[in-house]
Amino acid sequence: MAEKGHAHPNYMAIFWYLAVLTVVEIAVIYLPLAKLTIGVLLCALALTKAALVAMYFMHLRFEAKTLGWIAVTPLAIATLLVFVLLPDGFAVLKKTDSAAKPAVAAPAKH
Amino acid sequence: MTAATVHSAIEPAEAPLTPESWGKLGMWIFLVGDAVGFGVLLAGYGAMRSTSGDWPNPYAVLGINLTALMTFLLICSSVTMVKGLEWLGKGDRTRAVQYLFFTALGGAIFVSLQAYEWSHLIHRGLHINQNPWGATLFGTSFFLVTGFHGLHVTGGVIYLLSIIRYVANRPDPAASYNAVEIVGLYWHFVDLVWIMVFTFMYLL
Repeated sequence: MAEKGHAHPNYMAIFWYLAVLTVVEIAVIYLPLAKLTIGVLLCALALTKAALVAMYFMHLRFEAKTLGWIAVTPLAIATLLVFVLLPDGFAVLKKTDSAAKPAVAAPAKH
Repeated sequence: MTAATVHSAIEPAEAPLTPESWGKLGMWIFLVGDAVGFGVLLAGYGAMRSTSGDWPNPYAVLGINLTALMTFLLICSSVTMVKGLEWLGKGDRTRAVQYLFFTALGGAIFVSLQAYEWSHLIHRGLHINQNPWGATLFGTSFFLVTGFHGLHVTGGVIYLLSIIRYVANRPDPAASYNAVEIVGLYWHFVDLVWIMVFTFMYLL
């Protein structure tokens, strides 16, 4: 029987990329870098791993381009949502901060 | 004239996104919806965490040795999944079933390790509504997100086992190729989500 579908990518190579990237991720959190730098590095590494899985294991690289665009839509929605939620979170943080401070400044009134 | 030929006569320029099967497109649509679900959970987690004054340091309190092993296990099970599909494409049904079984086994071990991790953390005081380390929402989001993912893995193991039966019942390997490719899409998606969960909830 002839092989079905497209040519298979080198799955073991992808496996090693994923394994090495996971080790790099764990190493990154112990590096003496700024928290923001570590955060950006981790996001980049995670997205690279996710892209490898989607493109080669899920064969997105060999599918119609439109399917790829559909597949990345949730990522765009989730990223936008973070920015939609943050202002509210910061507003609550500010409120609890300013509410907490006078209580610390004047505890003897009771 | 069948319905299919009528359809192609009306829309001659239209090609399906997944010419192999409609089921594959169906799975992709489901996964995109599911990805929005996980995306919303993780985005909510990120927003709550970055605006919290006393969020604990996850990798310090959760411990990542076991979780790193679980991550590795899920990556391995993704490889056995693609290998299973590859063998089925080559016409070797026995090998395909073997690899699908290894994949399901990897998933089952993953869920068992997660249950072990949960009970260990609960014993140390991490609960859905309180924890000894700081923000209450830390426990809430931890159990919600890892639990939602764990349910996906559990569902995936059951799905894989039913597809193994499906392959075993069909002597022609070509007859079950699409079904195996579709369960593969689901399984790799679960792996992909864990990559995100591991990074954002344990490492960051």
